Amino acid sequence: MEMRSSLGRARGLGTANEGVHHWWAQKVTAIALVPLCIWFVFAVISLMGADLDTFEAWISVFGNALLMILLVLVLFYHAYIGMQVVIEDYLQGAARTAVMIATKFALFTLGVSCVIAVLWLGAWG
Amino acid sequence: MASGNRPLSPHVQVYRPQITSVLSILHRATGVFLTIGTLFLTWWLVSGLYGPEAFDTAQGFLGSWFGHLMLWGFTFSLFYHLGNGVRHLLWDFGWGFELPQLRQSGMVMVGFAVVLTLITLISAYASAGG
Repeated sequence: MEMRSSLGRARGLGTANEGVHHWWAQKVTAIALVPLCIWFVFAVISLMGADLDTFEAWISVFGNALLMILLVLVLFYHAYIGMQVVIEDYLQGAARTAVMIATKFALFTLGVSCVIAVLWLGAWG
Repeated sequence: MASGNRPLSPHVQVYRPQITSVLSILHRATGVFLTIGTLFLTWWLVSGLYGPEAFDTAQGFLGSWFGHLMLWGFTFSLFYHLGNGVRHLLWDFGWGFELPQLRQSGMVMVGFAVVLTLITLISAYASAGG
Protein backbone atom coordinates (compact mmCIF):
# COMPACT_ATOMS: atom_id res chain seq x y z
CA MET A 1 0.00 0.00 0.00
CA GLU A 2 1.23 3.45 -0.92
CA MET A 3 1.70 5.41 2.28
CA ARG A 4 2.61 8.77 0.72
CA SER A 5 0.11 11.23 -0.67
CA SER A 6 0.36 12.49 -4.26
CA LEU A 7 1.36 15.92 -2.98
CA GLY A 8 4.08 14.42 -0.78
CA ARG A 9 5.58 12.59 -3.77
CA ALA A 10 5.48 15.66 -6.00
CA ARG A 11 7.02 18.04 -3.47
CA GLY A 12 10.72 18.65 -3.87
CA LEU A 13 10.86 17.12 -7.35
CA GLY A 14 11.53 18.69 -10.72
CA THR A 15 9.98 22.03 -11.50
CA ALA A 16 8.14 21.99 -8.18
CA ASN A 17 11.53 22.66 -6.60
CA GLU A 18 14.42 24.44 -8.28
CA GLY A 19 12.62 25.27 -11.50
CA VAL A 20 10.15 27.61 -9.88
CA HIS A 21 12.88 29.23 -7.81
CA HIS A 22 14.99 29.91 -10.91
CA TRP A 23 11.97 31.14 -12.84
CA TRP A 24 11.11 33.63 -10.09
CA ALA A 25 14.73 34.73 -9.69
CA GLN A 26 14.98 35.34 -13.45
CA LYS A 27 11.80 37.44 -13.42
CA VAL A 28 12.59 39.46 -10.29
CA THR A 29 16.12 40.25 -11.49
CA ALA A 30 14.67 41.18 -14.92
CA ILE A 31 12.31 43.71 -13.30
CA ALA A 32 15.16 45.18 -11.24
CA LEU A 33 17.40 45.41 -14.31
CA VAL A 34 14.97 47.61 -16.27
CA PRO A 35 15.64 50.82 -14.26
CA LEU A 36 19.24 49.81 -13.44
CA CYS A 37 20.15 49.35 -17.13
CA ILE A 38 18.55 52.65 -18.11
CA TRP A 39 20.59 54.37 -15.38
CA PHE A 40 23.72 52.51 -16.56
CA VAL A 41 23.29 53.74 -20.15
CA PHE A 42 23.10 57.36 -18.91
CA ALA A 43 26.11 56.75 -16.66
CA VAL A 44 28.25 55.32 -19.48
CA ILE A 45 27.32 58.22 -21.79
CA SER A 46 28.36 60.74 -19.11
CA LEU A 47 31.67 58.90 -18.58
CA MET A 48 32.69 58.52 -22.24
CA GLY A 49 36.41 59.21 -22.54
CA ALA A 50 36.74 60.22 -18.86
CA ASP A 51 40.17 59.94 -17.19
CA LEU A 52 40.67 58.06 -13.91
CA ASP A 53 40.33 61.17 -11.68
CA THR A 54 36.95 61.98 -13.21
CA PHE A 55 35.83 58.37 -12.88
CA GLU A 56 36.96 58.16 -9.23
CA ALA A 57 35.14 61.39 -8.39
CA TRP A 58 32.01 59.93 -10.00
CA ILE A 59 32.19 56.53 -8.29
CA SER A 60 32.91 58.22 -4.91
CA VAL A 61 29.36 59.59 -4.93
CA PHE A 62 27.34 57.24 -2.72
CA GLY A 63 24.37 56.96 -5.08
CA ASN A 64 26.58 56.08 -8.06
CA ALA A 65 28.49 53.42 -6.11
CA LEU A 66 25.24 52.00 -4.73
CA LEU A 67 23.55 51.77 -8.12
CA MET A 68 26.69 50.35 -9.75
CA ILE A 69 26.98 47.59 -7.11
CA LEU A 70 23.25 46.83 -7.33
CA LEU A 71 23.54 46.66 -11.12
CA VAL A 72 26.55 44.34 -10.94
CA LEU A 73 24.98 41.97 -8.38
CA VAL A 74 21.62 41.72 -10.17
CA LEU A 75 23.19 41.60 -13.65
CA PHE A 76 25.60 38.77 -12.84
CA TYR A 77 22.89 36.77 -11.06
CA HIS A 78 20.55 37.24 -14.05
CA ALA A 79 23.34 36.24 -16.48
CA TYR A 80 24.20 33.24 -14.28
CA ILE A 81 20.65 31.84 -14.40
CA GLY A 82 20.26 32.67 -18.10
CA MET A 83 23.52 31.00 -19.09
CA GLN A 84 22.55 27.94 -17.04
CA VAL A 85 19.35 27.53 -19.09
CA VAL A 86 21.22 27.97 -22.39
CA ILE A 87 23.90 25.43 -21.40
CA GLU A 88 21.25 22.93 -20.24
CA ASP A 89 19.48 23.24 -23.60
CA TYR A 90 22.45 22.81 -25.93
CA LEU A 91 25.00 20.65 -24.08
CA GLN A 92 24.84 17.33 -22.31
CA GLY A 93 27.02 14.88 -20.40
CA ALA A 94 30.53 15.83 -19.33
CA ALA A 95 30.63 18.91 -21.59
CA ARG A 96 27.51 20.28 -19.92
CA THR A 97 28.98 19.87 -16.44
CA ALA A 98 32.37 21.30 -17.43
CA VAL A 99 30.98 24.34 -19.26
CA MET A 100 28.43 24.95 -16.50
CA ILE A 101 31.07 24.95 -13.76
CA ALA A 102 33.48 27.09 -15.81
CA THR A 103 30.73 29.62 -16.61
CA LYS A 104 29.62 29.86 -12.98
CA PHE A 105 33.20 30.27 -11.72
CA ALA A 106 33.85 32.95 -14.35
CA LEU A 107 30.66 34.94 -13.67
CA PHE A 108 31.18 34.78 -9.89
CA THR A 109 34.78 35.95 -10.25
CA LEU A 110 33.84 38.78 -12.61
CA GLY A 111 31.02 39.92 -10.34
CA VAL A 112 33.16 39.97 -7.18
CA SER A 113 35.92 41.79 -9.12
CA CYS A 114 33.46 44.52 -10.13
CA VAL A 115 32.22 44.98 -6.56
CA ILE A 116 35.80 45.20 -5.21
CA ALA A 117 36.70 47.73 -7.92
CA VAL A 118 33.70 49.96 -7.14
CA LEU A 119 34.31 49.87 -3.37
CA TRP A 120 38.06 50.38 -3.72
CA LEU A 121 37.92 53.24 -6.24
CA GLY A 122 34.99 54.86 -4.47
CA ALA A 123 36.53 54.78 -0.99
CA TRP A 124 40.28 55.07 -1.61
CA GLY A 125 40.67 56.13 -5.23
CA MET B 1 19.48 11.84 -13.02
CA ALA B 2 20.49 9.82 -16.10
CA SER B 3 20.90 12.12 -19.09
CA GLY B 4 22.78 9.91 -21.57
CA ASN B 5 21.65 10.33 -25.16
CA ARG B 6 18.37 12.09 -24.70
CA PRO B 7 17.57 14.62 -27.41
CA LEU B 8 18.44 18.23 -26.64
CA SER B 9 15.55 20.62 -26.47
CA PRO B 10 15.24 23.28 -29.20
CA HIS B 11 15.54 21.80 -32.69
CA VAL B 12 15.91 25.22 -34.23
CA GLN B 13 17.05 23.96 -37.64
CA VAL B 14 13.96 21.85 -38.47
CA TYR B 15 11.57 24.81 -38.40
CA ARG B 16 10.97 27.44 -41.06
CA PRO B 17 12.03 30.76 -39.48
CA GLN B 18 9.09 32.91 -38.40
CA ILE B 19 8.98 36.24 -36.61
CA THR B 20 8.10 34.53 -33.31
CA SER B 21 10.96 32.03 -33.45
CA VAL B 22 13.53 34.48 -34.83
CA LEU B 23 12.78 37.06 -32.13
CA SER B 24 12.92 34.30 -29.53
CA ILE B 25 16.34 32.97 -30.54
CA LEU B 26 17.62 36.56 -30.79
CA HIS B 27 16.63 37.00 -27.13
CA ARG B 28 19.02 34.17 -26.28
CA ALA B 29 21.74 35.38 -28.63
CA THR B 30 21.64 38.91 -27.21
CA GLY B 31 21.63 37.48 -23.67
CA VAL B 32 24.75 35.42 -24.32
CA PHE B 33 26.40 38.36 -26.14
CA LEU B 34 25.64 40.68 -23.19
CA THR B 35 27.10 38.08 -20.81
CA ILE B 36 30.31 38.24 -22.86
CA GLY B 37 30.03 42.02 -22.50
CA THR B 38 30.42 41.69 -18.72
CA LEU B 39 34.09 40.89 -19.45
CA PHE B 40 34.51 44.43 -20.77
CA LEU B 41 32.47 45.95 -17.92
CA THR B 42 34.79 44.18 -15.47
CA TRP B 43 37.92 45.22 -17.39
CA TRP B 44 36.74 48.85 -17.40
CA LEU B 45 36.00 48.91 -13.64
CA VAL B 46 39.04 46.90 -12.50
CA SER B 47 41.54 48.73 -14.74
CA GLY B 48 41.15 51.75 -12.42
CA LEU B 49 42.77 49.72 -9.63
CA TYR B 50 45.92 49.39 -11.75
CA GLY B 51 46.39 53.14 -12.14
CA PRO B 52 45.66 55.91 -14.66
CA GLU B 53 47.61 54.29 -17.54
CA ALA B 54 45.69 51.01 -17.27
CA PHE B 55 42.39 52.94 -17.07
CA ASP B 56 43.34 55.00 -20.13
CA THR B 57 44.21 51.77 -21.98
CA ALA B 58 40.75 50.37 -21.23
CA GLN B 59 39.04 53.67 -22.14
CA GLY B 60 41.24 53.87 -25.26
CA PHE B 61 40.21 50.39 -26.39
CA LEU B 62 36.53 51.17 -25.86
CA GLY B 63 37.10 54.45 -27.75
CA SER B 64 38.73 52.72 -30.75
CA TRP B 65 36.74 51.89 -33.89
CA PHE B 66 36.49 48.26 -32.81
CA GLY B 67 35.47 49.30 -29.30
CA HIS B 68 32.77 51.55 -30.76
CA LEU B 69 31.50 48.76 -33.02
CA MET B 70 31.31 46.47 -29.99
CA LEU B 71 29.53 49.11 -27.90
CA TRP B 72 26.96 49.66 -30.68
CA GLY B 73 26.34 45.91 -30.60
CA PHE B 74 26.04 45.87 -26.82
CA THR B 75 23.72 48.90 -26.89
CA PHE B 76 21.36 47.29 -29.40
CA SER B 77 21.53 43.93 -27.59
CA LEU B 78 20.74 45.62 -24.28
CA PHE B 79 17.66 47.41 -25.61
CA TYR B 80 16.54 44.34 -27.54
CA HIS B 81 16.91 42.04 -24.53
CA LEU B 82 15.25 44.67 -22.30
CA GLY B 83 12.33 45.17 -24.68
CA ASN B 84 11.82 41.47 -25.26
CA GLY B 85 12.25 40.84 -21.53
CA VAL B 86 9.33 43.18 -20.85
CA ARG B 87 7.39 41.24 -23.52
CA HIS B 88 8.14 38.06 -21.58
CA LEU B 89 6.93 39.70 -18.36
CA LEU B 90 3.65 40.68 -20.09
CA TRP B 91 3.21 37.07 -21.24
CA ASP B 92 3.73 36.00 -17.63
CA PHE B 93 0.65 38.07 -16.78
CA GLY B 94 -1.20 36.21 -19.53
CA TRP B 95 -1.24 39.12 -21.99
CA GLY B 96 -0.68 38.91 -25.75
CA PHE B 97 -0.59 35.22 -26.67
CA GLU B 98 -2.66 35.51 -29.87
CA LEU B 99 -0.60 35.35 -33.09
CA PRO B 100 -1.56 38.85 -34.33
CA GLN B 101 -0.63 40.29 -30.91
CA LEU B 102 2.65 38.35 -30.92
CA ARG B 103 3.59 39.80 -34.33
CA GLN B 104 2.51 43.29 -33.28
CA SER B 105 4.35 43.28 -29.94
CA GLY B 106 7.38 41.82 -31.73
CA MET B 107 7.47 44.64 -34.28
CA VAL B 108 6.90 47.28 -31.57
CA MET B 109 9.75 45.77 -29.54
CA VAL B 110 12.18 45.74 -32.49
CA GLY B 111 11.22 49.34 -33.29
CA PHE B 112 11.78 50.28 -29.64
CA ALA B 113 15.23 48.66 -29.66
CA VAL B 114 16.30 50.35 -32.90
CA VAL B 115 15.04 53.81 -31.87
CA LEU B 116 16.52 53.62 -28.34
CA THR B 117 19.84 52.42 -29.79
CA LEU B 118 19.94 55.39 -32.19
CA ILE B 119 18.99 57.87 -29.44
CA THR B 120 21.69 56.43 -27.17
CA LEU B 121 24.37 56.55 -29.87
CA ILE B 122 23.45 60.12 -30.86
CA SER B 123 23.48 61.25 -27.19
CA ALA B 124 26.80 59.50 -26.60
CA TYR B 125 28.50 61.10 -29.60
CA ALA B 126 26.97 64.49 -28.82
CA SER B 127 28.12 64.42 -25.19
CA ALA B 128 31.60 63.25 -26.17
CA GLY B 129 31.81 66.03 -28.75
CA GLY B 130 31.74 63.91 -31.90
